[in-house]
Amino acid sequence: MKPAFAFLGLAAGALALAAAMPRDAGALPPPMVNDALIQGDSLPRALGDYGFFTDGAARNPVGALKPYELNTPLWSDGADKLRYIYLPQGTQIAADGAGLLQFPVGSAIIKTFAFGEGEEQRFIETRLLLHRADGWVALPYRWNAEQTEARLALAGARIALTTPAGDELSYRIPNKNQCKSCHSKDGEVVPIGPRARNMSGEWLADMHAHGALDRVPEGADSLPVWDAAWNAGSNDYAAHSATATAALARAYLDVNCAHCHQPGGGASNSGLDLRWEQGDAFAYGVNKPPVAAGQGAGGLLVSIEPGDPDASILVHRMNSNQPGVAMPELGRSTIDQRAVALMRDWIANMGQDGAAKTADNRAQGDGE
Amino acid sequence: MIRNSLAALTALGLLASAAPVWAETHTISPGEGAQERLQEALILAEPGDVIMLEAGHYTLTDGLSLDVDGVTVRGAGMDGTVLDFTSQEGSGEGLLVTSDDVVLRDFALENPKGDGIKSKGADNIVYYRVRVTWTGGPNPDNGAYGIYPVESTGVLVDGVKVTGAADAGVYVGQSEKITVRNSIAEANVAGIEIENSRDALVEHNIAIRNTGGILVFDLPGLPKMGGGNVVVANNLVVSNDTANFAPPGNIVAGVLRGTGIMVMANDGVLIENNILENNPTAPVMVIAYTEEYNDERYNALPLNVVVGANTYGRGGDDPQIEGGDMLAAAFGGSLPPVMWDGLGSLYAVEGTAGWSLNLMKPGGGFAAAQPSPLDVYAPREAFDRTGIGAPAELDERIR
Repeated sequence: MKPAFAFLGLAAGALALAAAMPRDAGALPPPMVNDALIQGDSLPRALGDYGFFTDGAARNPVGALKPYELNTPLWSDGADKLRYIYLPQGTQIAADGAGLLQFPVGSAIIKTFAFGEGEEQRFIETRLLLHRADGWVALPYRWNAEQTEARLALAGARIALTTPAGDELSYRIPNKNQCKSCHSKDGEVVPIGPRARNMSGEWLADMHAHGALDRVPEGADSLPVWDAAWNAGSNDYAAHSATATAALARAYLDVNCAHCHQPGGGASNSGLDLRWEQGDAFAYGVNKPPVAAGQGAGGLLVSIEPGDPDASILVHRMNSNQPGVAMPELGRSTIDQRAVALMRDWIANMGQDGAAKTADNRAQGDGE
Repeated sequence: MIRNSLAALTALGLLASAAPVWAETHTISPGEGAQERLQEALILAEPGDVIMLEAGHYTLTDGLSLDVDGVTVRGAGMDGTVLDFTSQEGSGEGLLVTSDDVVLRDFALENPKGDGIKSKGADNIVYYRVRVTWTGGPNPDNGAYGIYPVESTGVLVDGVKVTGAADAGVYVGQSEKITVRNSIAEANVAGIEIENSRDALVEHNIAIRNTGGILVFDLPGLPKMGGGNVVVANNLVVSNDTANFAPPGNIVAGVLRGTGIMVMANDGVLIENNILENNPTAPVMVIAYTEEYNDERYNALPLNVVVGANTYGRGGDDPQIEGGDMLAAAFGGSLPPVMWDGLGSLYAVEGTAGWSLNLMKPGGGFAAAQPSPLDVYAPREAFDRTGIGAPAELDERIR
């Protein structure tokens, strides 16, 4: 009985779809994402179980997956990221100011970490955030060597790999708890990336036009675009002002650090608040002594010493690979040289009040 | 619910655990894949479960974490089950606990790259007979804290031993309802430190060969301040004479070698029935916060600090302060046991020998001192111990 019933269900679905898309009448129904699996309470063992992709290699997303990018992304040992959002049919994202988009239950956020270009591209892991009725669940999936399947890696993994640039990496796939370490706010798992201020206005407008987003909020698309700030293939900026440097630095800290370093975050006890919207210079580290940094302080007295990058703990920790010193603690095993160069530049041109100490900034002050 | 999926996963052969994972007790043995097997057990545990760590040496490359309420992690003794983090490549601590009602007992961590065990926002946690050791002894490259509960209500630390922490062996921060007892803190910068916390009882511990034995601090600029209601009693505070090896920049880097029990800021601290021997700078030190700060919520002064009857042996005979030799000579060869900076309010039982710097404001340091023998009132009433210490129910969990 059951197979017949399932067959009837499928046939009914195909009919409905055929009615909705008359031009494709007779074509096979599009593949369906397994909503029950997203919203259920199991820990699916393979990425393929969800039906997010039409192929096992996850190169071809189903139509319901919406790719997205971030203006300033989290740095993960230089991995490329393929990001998708899935919304159950008939649901909509709600904007919450310029902050985190509010996803309906049944949504999924899918992020694949990859190295290499074109034919050489290799997937390392795919991380899922599933929005279930009782909250978000974060699950890591590890790709096999053959690139045919990604399987649940609850306990995470450590993988030796060589980047296309020839760098040797001890790449860490986080375990399920480590996922939460970053994706945690007041003890609940939350997404980090898709905040309106860090997404392109064009993308948001497109989502809104298709009914997938209730509105494009004020303050959207306000973080600078990271890639545009750099000369391709180098650690040198494209020329820009000190105030633009400050904005880029604050954006980087917001995206890479503030998920822990904010009230209610994993590093709240440090008192360091690196959120974009934090306006108090002491709170984001200017002349702030460390609390529980231990050797992480590196013999330095404050998180940010205006005018002196070498005396700033923030630079010291971002420029270290040593566990116990390195920041962020999770998600990287190499140093982000661009970010270190940026922080140095930002701090070197900083006045005691945390603002940029430059000609263009003074000019702004004079105009007031 | 997860149990059902567990059964399914196990049936599919995904979880290669020796013991049936849906049982109340999950037994982990050392050897190949211990990192993944142990971490998987910590993730899949259900409230009430026990994770048993069989005796042996576990080689770990990454930090472990527990985020399930009500789990007990139990080894075969602090010398039998050793989690070795010497080759740790990632994470800021050996074990991170972020769930409530957890019991950690009878195992050891060696050479974690960052902190030993950190529990954050983990209420009613018990650390029992846990050892954290940096086996190379004092070294600024050691991790900061051995046992590190923070932002928690209900903390019981009993029978632990920490050696070699570059900050504090046992550090309780921004927490309430705390007991630290029957523990040994040896050769750390700070042996035991209670910081920005309230309602703490520190008793029956041994603090030996640290830079400073037992510290009670309150610091500005933190989410939780206003430390106080702390009792430090019946401890053996001996030979805290290790040179300060904290990396500069940390608050404990300013702790003077040879400090026994030190109170900085706080409101309401009782120090009594301790045995203090061979703490060459100051067996007892009570001072205001010394650095500049910009935080209106913060009280920098030590208030209502009571020095009760303690047993003072040799001490203050090699003070690590400028002109210390001459000062000691002026006091007849060694400084009297209680040192106060003269700020805030201090009470001491009759017969307590001490000296005051007589500072007029915080931050002056020894340069601004006008030393004189201690002249303070005796405590006017019994110290109010109401509500101090870990909740009694935590005792039941280690019975």
